[in-house]
Amino acid sequence: MLLRMFLAFPLTFLLVNGVTILVGVSIMLVQDWTLGLVILVPAAPVLITCVVFEKRYSGAARRAQDQVGDLTTVVEESVLGIRIIKGFGRHRSQARAFRELSGKLRGTELHKARLLATILGVIVTLPELAIGAALVLGAVRVADGSLSAGTLVAFLSTALALRWPVDSIGFLLAMSQEAATATERYFEVMDAEEESSASAGRRAAGAMGVPPLERHDCPREHGLVFENVSFRYPDAPAGSPPVLHGIDLHIRRGESLALVGATGSGKTTLTALVPRLHEVTSGRITLDGEDITEMSREELRSRVAVAFEEPTLFSASVGENVLMGGGAGADDLGRALAVAQADFAHALPQGVDTQVGEQGLSLSGGQRQRLALARAVVGRPDFLVLDDPLSALDVHTEAAVEAALRRVLADTTALIVAHRPSTVLLADRVALLSGGRITAVGTHHELLRTHPEYAHLMSGDPAAEQEYQR
Amino acid sequence: MTAATTAPVRDEDDGPTAESGDPFDRDQLPAPPGATGTLLRSLLTPMRGRVAVTALLLLLQQAAVQAGPLLVAYAIDRAVPAFRADDNGPLIAVAVGYLLCAVAAGALQYAFVTASARVSQDVLLDLRGRIFRHAQELSVDFHERYTSGRLISRSTTDVESLRELLEEGLQELVMVTLSAIYISVLLLWLDLGLGAVAVASFVPLYLLIRSYRRRAVRVYRKRSTAIAAVIVKFVETMNGIRPVRAFRREAANDADFAVLNRRHERTNGDALLEMARYVVGSRVTANTTVALIVLWGAYRVADGSLELGVLAAAVLYLRRLYDPIDRLGMFLNSYQSAAASLEKIAGLLAQTPTVPEPVRPQELPERRAGLPGREVVFDGVRFAYRTGGEVLPRFGLTLPAGQTVAVVGSTGAGKSTLAKLLARFYDPTEGRVLLDGVDLRDLTGRGLRREVVMVTQEAFLFSGTVAENIALGRPDATRAEIERAAKEIGAHDFIAALPDGYDTDVRKRGGRISAGQRQLVSFARALLADPAVLILDEATSSLDVPGERAVQRAMATVLKGRTAVVIAHRLSTVEIADRVLVMERGRIVEDGSPSELIDRTGRFADLHRAWRDSLA
Repeated sequence: MLLRMFLAFPLTFLLVNGVTILVGVSIMLVQDWTLGLVILVPAAPVLITCVVFEKRYSGAARRAQDQVGDLTTVVEESVLGIRIIKGFGRHRSQARAFRELSGKLRGTELHKARLLATILGVIVTLPELAIGAALVLGAVRVADGSLSAGTLVAFLSTALALRWPVDSIGFLLAMSQEAATATERYFEVMDAEEESSASAGRRAAGAMGVPPLERHDCPREHGLVFENVSFRYPDAPAGSPPVLHGIDLHIRRGESLALVGATGSGKTTLTALVPRLHEVTSGRITLDGEDITEMSREELRSRVAVAFEEPTLFSASVGENVLMGGGAGADDLGRALAVAQADFAHALPQGVDTQVGEQGLSLSGGQRQRLALARAVVGRPDFLVLDDPLSALDVHTEAAVEAALRRVLADTTALIVAHRPSTVLLADRVALLSGGRITAVGTHHELLRTHPEYAHLMSGDPAAEQEYQR
Repeated sequence: MTAATTAPVRDEDDGPTAESGDPFDRDQLPAPPGATGTLLRSLLTPMRGRVAVTALLLLLQQAAVQAGPLLVAYAIDRAVPAFRADDNGPLIAVAVGYLLCAVAAGALQYAFVTASARVSQDVLLDLRGRIFRHAQELSVDFHERYTSGRLISRSTTDVESLRELLEEGLQELVMVTLSAIYISVLLLWLDLGLGAVAVASFVPLYLLIRSYRRRAVRVYRKRSTAIAAVIVKFVETMNGIRPVRAFRREAANDADFAVLNRRHERTNGDALLEMARYVVGSRVTANTTVALIVLWGAYRVADGSLELGVLAAAVLYLRRLYDPIDRLGMFLNSYQSAAASLEKIAGLLAQTPTVPEPVRPQELPERRAGLPGREVVFDGVRFAYRTGGEVLPRFGLTLPAGQTVAVVGSTGAGKSTLAKLLARFYDPTEGRVLLDGVDLRDLTGRGLRREVVMVTQEAFLFSGTVAENIALGRPDATRAEIERAAKEIGAHDFIAALPDGYDTDVRKRGGRISAGQRQLVSFARALLADPAVLILDEATSSLDVPGERAVQRAMATVLKGRTAVVIAHRLSTVEIADRVLVMERGRIVEDGSPSELIDRTGRFADLHRAWRDSLA
């Protein structure tokens, strides 16, 4: 915003005024160099003041912007958490936090204003004093005849004409300072968001525009393979253990594998590696024998579809949101909605053309999850990665989704993060992830019998197991 | 500020309207005519005195600034001849006068800038606070209809554009206008003829400004729409960055972005072009006028009817008159966007909460000794959305004090509406909700929240420490009480294991709290609040089994000793309830103890079977 404003207007004016000042000063020196020098005397102090205060001003501007950020956080939280605030009747403490922060912001803004006022005061006073001196000196010289009255008038009018450009320079500099701070911010965000895509383009040129591969034209023995995959967050402190370590997994073509593990065992991270939301630190992941880092992003994402536990819907219609996953037309849409038991979409005010978005606040968590699931299956992907996609559904809906999903999974290679036996049972096999390693692979019943940790995760503590299974 | 007067007055009795006609779909909420003006007046009225002082400072400052050319005229016409006649008094007077004016101008400038900053900051502070408090007071149904993003941008972007106007535009605008008046009067006083020519030049300038403004408004509006679209897209992409990447939306997003950006660029170019036209036009007018005056003035100086100093002063004043006009266009833009923002804010502030505070609040009777919780009665309650859809047909229901009631049913059966009525997030369309015989509408918000607390599905954590998040239940709780609540809930162990224990910031790295732990924190919050009636919207999202067990234990603790309504999604939760209500399409279709209902052959028995199967 500030950046735009700066580029749009002040920059132009800064240039125009700069040139005006240069030309004006040269004219004055030509007209009468002694008077010209008198006029130039305050230039140095003005410049120094500007530089000194500019620095302080930019500090204050940065602080003010940070405080606006804090204030925005409070506003956002108080809006997003409105039900909790209302549920506990805590408007007052939120309002107090807000008041404190906005009071602080006011303090900073006033500090900024005082700095600006000082700069403006100096910029107004010093040149004016110089003009006054030139006037008196000029008048004396006109009186003793060494200067004509006309030259004095011309000189003074040039000097006064420069007053405005000089004045405005202070104001424009203040504005450019804010723009500079904003630019800094902008680049902070941009730097942070940059993705390590070193190898992304390796094959991209060739693969661009290639339609998704036809199904079944790859040998069956392939599928989704993790080979000695390790992962640690790039910004993790040195020496901390990796999130995932030496993962070897082979999901055969058409097979579905459930991934089970305690909170924090790295399940979600593992699923995020397949669509390359994170890059593996070492090892490799292949789809039908092909390393995912060798694929263009377009190709990878047209073959792998994902649904996460906390789905995001975009500001678009329900239909558009679902069809982002691929597929085309009403048939695919209808089928995907049916699989995900998201037929409620047809009953929305404008059916599938109803606008959702801005986090889809008007839909319940379960509805959002079902739309996200529909988005994952609509493109009939070769590979499906689901991170606990049914967690927010009630029992009935879950059972219905499971029944429909089972048909989809019959011929799709899938990796499913599961928390509950019912979800695990969707898959052909289960892998247990523990402390960043795969510690067991087998069927649900095998592991339940042979693996105490798995039994614990699936049925709670051993004592309660009986009660649960009765 | 014109749109506020033409905005339709909100119809309180609107029947079922098409969803597209929902006024909440738009940025600009319907507001009574003149809302913007009323808001502006109410913001400025308490500042009257200081606005007057600020204005006075500006008047004096401009007077000091504008004295310069007059002194020049005096020096040339009087002081020089006097000096020639060996009288240096007038020249000294000029020197002293100039010195005084320069210092006064500087000092007054400082005073004015700080004073006006103080006024504008106080106005902004007031306005920010009002928006915030108002948004907090508005009922949950408002928040459900007016999306969070729009509400947030009301209190950020819109306030920001007002700040821009107040800080950068308004004082300049006033200064320019004021100096134009001063200079016109001085010119007319110096020489009527020259002054008249200068004043006459205002006519073409006025026309120029008007036509610029008209065209700029159009261009500017287009541009701000383009900017808004870019921002919305950007925010969404950033928020949904995972899904964006996962669904290969990147390319599509980039393309969208490029289109939006190009549109922005084009309109920006248009705006600059308009600006350029305007600047050129105003310069031509100004310079022509100066040339005319110099020409005519020179003739008159030559024939002796005008003094040279006066002509010099007139030319100097003219320069000052025309210079700031270039910048006027810039301020008009910020004025434009600030006016639109103020209008939107006024629209928001004009909304009234649908759940108002009572005029004559009543007190609840003391909690009856020995009896846990309070009795809840739904007395002939019916609930329909204002847009027409009936959610709960008329029903009656009594929940004895201390009972734990599980409400089950499929999505959209009306479970959460029932809960929200009890929490008074909504008021019933008909009938009353009574707490120990007192209508909820007769309780103050504060009194109600002491008695009735709702724990929502989304276990939202506010930025701050874990302890602060628990203390939200009762802000005056001591650390020992907070820890006791956490211990009872079974959250103490994981909290103690966080990097800074209870003082861990939940938004910082290392402070990451899992979904199950979040739920424990929100239970601890509720336990600390210790209400008579607890409404619990059980999180549907499932945890891993150990996490689930911890949550269930915690739930049993928090439900004990009070009247509790649980929107249940789990069999285990239903099993700890004294009573189960099965809801279907807004009606309570089954009502009884869990074991009774299992023995019948109704919906609950089916549900129960399905649950059992899912656990196998």
